[in-house]
Amino acid sequence: MAVNLLKRVGIFVAVLVGLCAFYMGYRQLYLSTGWTRPFKVDEYAMPRLQDIVSRLWEPAATDQPVLVQVLVQKALFTAREAAAGFVIGAIVGIAIGIVFHFSNLMRRGFQPYVVGSQTVPILAIAPMVVIWLGGQGLPVWMPVAVISAFLTFFPVAINTLRGLDSADPRKLELMRSYAASEWSTLWRVKFPCALPYLFSAFKVAATASVVGAIIGELPSSIQDGLGGAILNFAQYYSLDPSALWATNIIAAALGILFFVIVAIVERLVVRRAPEHVA
Amino acid sequence: MTAAAVSIRNVTKTFGKGGTTALKNIELEFQPGEFISLIGPSGCGKSTLLRVIGDLIEPTEGEAVIGGKTAHQARLDRDYGMVFQEATLMDWRTVEKNVSLPLEMMGWDRGARRDRVRELLELVELTGFEGHHPWQLSGGMQQRVAIARALTFNPSLILMDEPFGALDEMTRDRLNLELLRIWEATKATVVFVTHSIAEAVFLSSRVVVMSARPGRVQKIVDVDLAYPRTNDTREETRFFELATEVRELLRESHEAREGA
Repeated sequence: MAVNLLKRVGIFVAVLVGLCAFYMGYRQLYLSTGWTRPFKVDEYAMPRLQDIVSRLWEPAATDQPVLVQVLVQKALFTAREAAAGFVIGAIVGIAIGIVFHFSNLMRRGFQPYVVGSQTVPILAIAPMVVIWLGGQGLPVWMPVAVISAFLTFFPVAINTLRGLDSADPRKLELMRSYAASEWSTLWRVKFPCALPYLFSAFKVAATASVVGAIIGELPSSIQDGLGGAILNFAQYYSLDPSALWATNIIAAALGILFFVIVAIVERLVVRRAPEHVA
Repeated sequence: MTAAAVSIRNVTKTFGKGGTTALKNIELEFQPGEFISLIGPSGCGKSTLLRVIGDLIEPTEGEAVIGGKTAHQARLDRDYGMVFQEATLMDWRTVEKNVSLPLEMMGWDRGARRDRVRELLELVELTGFEGHHPWQLSGGMQQRVAIARALTFNPSLILMDEPFGALDEMTRDRLNLELLRIWEATKATVVFVTHSIAEAVFLSSRVVVMSARPGRVQKIVDVDLAYPRTNDTREETRFFELATEVRELLRESHEAREGA
């Protein structure tokens, strides 16, 4: 177990070092040759890696704490929105999956709208959500969580439905032979059968919830999260490109953290034959 | 006179509108404590008949009566236990939790469940495997867990759909002996669907030979071999005679169909 963990950390570090080396090598090659395709490399297109990292330890702006401290605070704020969005999306998604599983009529009637909802860009619904939920005494980040949930409920709904439908007909026959209620069959057979599907959805939803929260902050004019920081640094990109790169790294780290949390919970919850463990 | 364990009254089952007739005018009666095998070519409806008895399929005509009740009522009263060809265990549950599943649904408390499971695992000789998961067991062991599960609520009727069909012959022979021992211990009525002539003759008090398309009862063969049966039973002359009789009946039905 410990050896296994060591190996995984080793692989992670090796890949990370490899990616950094590739970035720096590519940059150096283009700078020394002056190649311009697909794009010209300079301090704006690809800042030096050292600059990006060291930018984290410089003040975010004049008279402000160092950038990394500011970004971590903003990441925590965004993480709260994303976590709430993930939970809301998961609950709504599972509920829709269960309803569709039990009612063909509902499935046929409402599936097109569920699918259609995902082709509407979040930026287009954000103002309405902000208006609906703003000034209701809810925390300011609540509308953002709802916007994030708009992205996360979809994979959960689709996979819940598939998972519930996937239960082995023999197992259902067995439950019928016990005169089991629908509820008992759902809870004891269909839901456990759906769990691996659910966790696949949760993994997609985990990263989507972070994206949803960041994008949801933009039209809501929330300055306390990563979305606000990205918007701000994007405006000053030509002056300070490293700041945006550094912010993106923190945003990516947040997404990875969410994913890893789901993966760990999956390992604890889903106990299956070894060949089923992906 | 007590009610028949299973009484099948003029059962016909057609699938789909004007589709295939799986069963045609089946009339059968099994007495309490009998061990009945249903044997026949693929498509003779033996599994369908088993599901009609268990109220898992509704017959198009006729009815199945279980111990004087309708099949539906018998299912609601949990009067029978079911075993399929695949063990159909919940792989997220341990052996103990798989066996106690029906008891959980009947609202038994934890302690009573544990005692009952211990008793049953002893009966199927799986003591010590309580904490294993199904995928840690061999096919034969999984099937024994399924049998234990079917026996949890002490049903008077056990329905088995080719339970040993997927196992190798040595395991199958051993489980046949075990099943007879369990049957004698529980005094339950067993209805057992199989493809194997030897298995049908070895286990049963009566063998129902069926023919296909539409599924009918061709003949019922009384197996007059004394219980308890042992491995030596398989070598008796009478065993061979009965197996030959069943084989010829099956061939007849096959040829009649080919000729038609």
